[in-house]
Amino acid sequence: MSTPIPEAGPCTAWEELLNGYLDGELDAAHVMDVERHIAGCPACAGALDRMARVRQLVTLDDVRWRAPPALRDSVIAALARERSASAVPPLDRPAGVTGLLGRLRTLRPALQRWSIVPSLAVLAAALLLVVLPPRGGPSLEQDLVAGHVRSLLAEHLTDVASSNQHTVKPWFGGRIDFSPPVVDLAARGFPLAGGRLDYIGGRVVAALVYRRNGHVINVFVWPAGSDARVASTFKARAHEGYTLLNWSEAGLTYWAISDLNTVELKEFQEDFLEALPK
Amino acid sequence: MLGLAALVPVARIRSAHMHSMAERGARHGQAAAAPAADRGLDAAGAARFDALILPHLDAAYNLARYLSRDPDAAQDIVQDAVLRAYRSFADFRGLSPRAWLLAIVRNCHATWRLKRRRAPQSAPLPHGEGETPDDAASLLVDGDTPESLLLRRTEAEAVRALLEHLPEPLREVLVLRELDELSYREIAEVAGVPVGTVMSRLSRARRLFADLWSRTTPDGEATP
Repeated sequence: MSTPIPEAGPCTAWEELLNGYLDGELDAAHVMDVERHIAGCPACAGALDRMARVRQLVTLDDVRWRAPPALRDSVIAALARERSASAVPPLDRPAGVTGLLGRLRTLRPALQRWSIVPSLAVLAAALLLVVLPPRGGPSLEQDLVAGHVRSLLAEHLTDVASSNQHTVKPWFGGRIDFSPPVVDLAARGFPLAGGRLDYIGGRVVAALVYRRNGHVINVFVWPAGSDARVASTFKARAHEGYTLLNWSEAGLTYWAISDLNTVELKEFQEDFLEALPK
Repeated sequence: MLGLAALVPVARIRSAHMHSMAERGARHGQAAAAPAADRGLDAAGAARFDALILPHLDAAYNLARYLSRDPDAAQDIVQDAVLRAYRSFADFRGLSPRAWLLAIVRNCHATWRLKRRRAPQSAPLPHGEGETPDDAASLLVDGDTPESLLLRRTEAEAVRALLEHLPEPLREVLVLRELDELSYREIAEVAGVPVGTVMSRLSRARRLFADLWSRTTPDGEATP
C-alpha cells in the first residue's frame, strides 16, 4: 500500500470494504458501516467514486472481446469431430454412406481377428444403427431445443445473414450434401433472417432462421430416413417452454422450433409449405 | 484490514458444496489426459453441454485474450479449453457453467504460456507476467507513454490498452469481476487463490487503473 495516489487516498482499513461495497459482496451490517463511514469521510467517498468510474470505463461496450466467428465455427467443428470419434452410438444416422464406411473401416481389424459369427453380429448391429432414421425421441427434441437456445445465446443466429432467399440458398450449396428449400415469407409476416449450419443428433444440418416480431424461428432441415414417405405428418410438441413442429416433405425432415405459441408456429408451417416450389 | 470474515458474500454463496466441486472442475481442466477423456457423452449430455457451456464462448475468448494478449493464441486456448471441458463435462456440477469454463480457460492459458516460454524464438511480452510492482510509473516504460495511450482512437481502445498494461494477477481479477461479473468466491475458484487475495488484488487493480487512467487523460477524473 505504498503507492502514492494523486488524490487523498481512502483510509487504508476501509479500502477493501469499499470494493466489497461496490461489488455487492457485503452483508447488511457492513453495508451500513460503509455508508456511515463515507458520509463523513470525503477521501473514502472520492475513492468509491473512482472505483465506480473504473467500472464504467472497463464495461464500455467495445472493451470486452467477442469470440470471432471463425473461432465459433472451429469450436463447433472440433466438438463434432470429438463426438463422432466417441464410442457412444449416435442417436440417428451418422453422415450416411460415409458413416457406414467409417464404421466398416474401424471394424476391419476386428473382422480379421475374430471368428466370423460374432463379427457378423457386430456388423448387423452396426447396420441397424446406420439405417435407423432419426426418431422423434425426447433426446432429439432436447438436441433441437439446445440448437435453438445456442443460436440465441451465443450470438450465432446466422452464418449467412440475408433476407434474400437467392443469397441464402446458394450459400448452403457445397457446405452440405442436400439442398434445403429457402422461401421468403416476409409477406406473411415471417421475414427470413438467414441460414447457418448446425449440429443435431450426430449430423450437420441446415438451419433456416425466420423472425416473427421479437421471436426467432429456427427451421432445422436434413434428409429424411426411410419413414419419410409418409408425407407431411404434422407433430406438435412442447419441450422446455418451446414449441416444436415436425414434418417431412419431399425427402427432407423439418423441425421448426420457437418460443411462439403453437397456433402461430402452425401458421408459419402452413405458409412455409404453401410457399415451397411445387 | 477489517477482518475478512466480515465480508460475507450474502447472496452469492450457492452452497458449501460448491467449493470442493469447483476445485475438482478446475483440476480436470489442468490434466489434459483426465480419466474422463475416454468417456464420451451421450446425446443428452452433449446437448446439455451445448446449452450450458457454449453460450460462454465470448466470455472464454475475452479472458483468454486478456490473459494472453495475443489474438491467435487466444483462439487456440479457447478451442483447447472447450474440448477439455467437453471431455470432463461428466464431472461438472456445482460451480456456475461460466466460472467452470473460465477456470479451464485459465489453466489452458497457463499451459500455453509454459510452452511458449520453452520456445526460444518468441519474444517475451514487455511486462505484466507474474507479480510485478504495481507502481504506475514503472508500468509505463517501454514505448507506451500516457500520450501514446491517448492516441488510441477510441476510449474503449485506450481502456483495452491500459488493461493489458496491468500486471497479470491484477488484470485477471479485474476482468473476471467487471467483464465476467463473477462473485469473489467464483473468482477465487477460477484463480485458485483465497477470497482475501481476490479482494486485495481487486482493490489494487482498481486503484492502479484509476491512477494510470488519470495520467492518460489530461483532465483525469473530469472525463465524462
